[in-house]
Amino acid sequence: MRANATVFFAFVGVLFFTPVAHVQAENVEKPQQEQAHHEDVHNGDTHDEASGEKDIKGIIKETIQHHLADSYEFHVTDGIGFPLPVILVDRGLKVFMSSAFHHGSIAEVDGNFYKEHHGKIYKTDALGTLSYDHNHHPTNDKPLDFSITKNVFVILVMAIFMFFLFRGVAKTYQTGLAPKKAGRFLEPIVIYVRDEIAIPNIGEKHYKKYMSYLLTVFFFIWFLNLVGMTPLGVNVTGNIAITFSLALMTFIITQVSGKKDYWRHIFWMPGVPVLIRPALAVIELIGLVVKPFSLMIRLYANMLAGHVVLMSIIGLIFIFESWIAAPAFLGLTVVLSLLELLVAALQAYIFTMLTALYFGSAVEEHAHH
Amino acid sequence: MDKLIQDFSYGLFIWQVLVFVLLIFLLRKFAWKPILEAVNEREESIEGALKAAEKAREEMKSLQADNEAVLREAREERERILKEARDMKNKMISEAKDAAATEADKAIISAKAAIEAEKTAAIAELKNQAASLSIDVAEKILGQELSAENKQTAMIGKIIEDVKFN
Repeated sequence: MRANATVFFAFVGVLFFTPVAHVQAENVEKPQQEQAHHEDVHNGDTHDEASGEKDIKGIIKETIQHHLADSYEFHVTDGIGFPLPVILVDRGLKVFMSSAFHHGSIAEVDGNFYKEHHGKIYKTDALGTLSYDHNHHPTNDKPLDFSITKNVFVILVMAIFMFFLFRGVAKTYQTGLAPKKAGRFLEPIVIYVRDEIAIPNIGEKHYKKYMSYLLTVFFFIWFLNLVGMTPLGVNVTGNIAITFSLALMTFIITQVSGKKDYWRHIFWMPGVPVLIRPALAVIELIGLVVKPFSLMIRLYANMLAGHVVLMSIIGLIFIFESWIAAPAFLGLTVVLSLLELLVAALQAYIFTMLTALYFGSAVEEHAHH
Repeated sequence: MDKLIQDFSYGLFIWQVLVFVLLIFLLRKFAWKPILEAVNEREESIEGALKAAEKAREEMKSLQADNEAVLREAREERERILKEARDMKNKMISEAKDAAATEADKAIISAKAAIEAEKTAAIAELKNQAASLSIDVAEKILGQELSAENKQTAMIGKIIEDVKFN
């Protein structure tokens, strides 16, 4: 485990310093890339570009948007990255590597042509023509897209990592009841989730069957938030599809475990005048949806905002281009990164905490009315 | 909001749901269950150990109390035995005293009776002697001195004096 950690940190360290090494290579590559970019993408693009020269703000804005969005390849920085498989369902399964899209080229599979435009894959012809509506959205057909995108890849890696990490922790208990290795660090967190999140909110009687979900959600969100802070350029928990799926699972589990009391409190609130009860039922039904919705938006917005703020501040260094601004903004970045470290744990805690709270309200039994 | 919905990636959503549900079940089987069970087991064993220690202390206390009770009982027993012995001794002494006193009384009584008997016998003897003496005297008077009156008187007086002293 220690050896693994060392390798991991060495890897992260290398990633930190590679951008510097690649700056020169970048200068050489840029012109060609720029040109390719121009030719292929420009026709529909409305980016602020003045006579082929992008201004620095535009580049920063694009970099941030590119970082926040999912993509078909794992791209860390110029020259570093690897393609990922694209899986399309378009009259049969079409699988090819995303390197086929390089520099805006058209991927051809079994006589079908596909083109990537602003993070979406469209069906096109051999020339790659895209027709646009008045909002500059392409009107071409979109095949069903189940690609292993960057975020899917990170989720898969994280799932495998978590599985081996916690299975390893579980295995150490076979040789004695005291935690060992990573368990020394993780066990108190597991106990915290049990004693401070699950039991107070759900209750001694029912909490056990929700522990697996709560623990998995907590560590999944926390670890992915932390991965988002590495320079790998990963933004999984700041993606609405991810937070939507997590919130949806919380919603479904809550409704499935809802007991008689829970539904009675929604549809026919006891202890209030009968005339008010239908109105309350409407409000409660809205609340039913609002609760997981708030879970989804809270996590999504917090992580997204953290990434945007950090990247914007780094971007300011390049806008000001002064020897005072650079260290100042660098220091600010470090301070904000520390804050984001806290937010990473805090958002995982809040999501788990509120999830437990909703489960608790579903299984709660009111003794007297 | 429109952009959010536009950019919503159902592919990512489906992958996430699949991977996450699978992860929950795998972790439940291979990680959370063993970990929580081990933690529970440990907590229970700690609690058990603490309770056992508490129980042992209680037992020790009760044992000590028992010991004390036994000791106290023994002490009481000793006291009782000693008291009994003392009582018995006193009783024996008093009995002996009583017996001795009775014996002594008896002896005195018998001695008194013997003395009385002797006295009575002596008195009877004395009376007999006095009677025989009187007869002797009377014989002498009658046989010898009946001629001279003065001598007779003197003689009688002398005899009587003798008798008196007797």
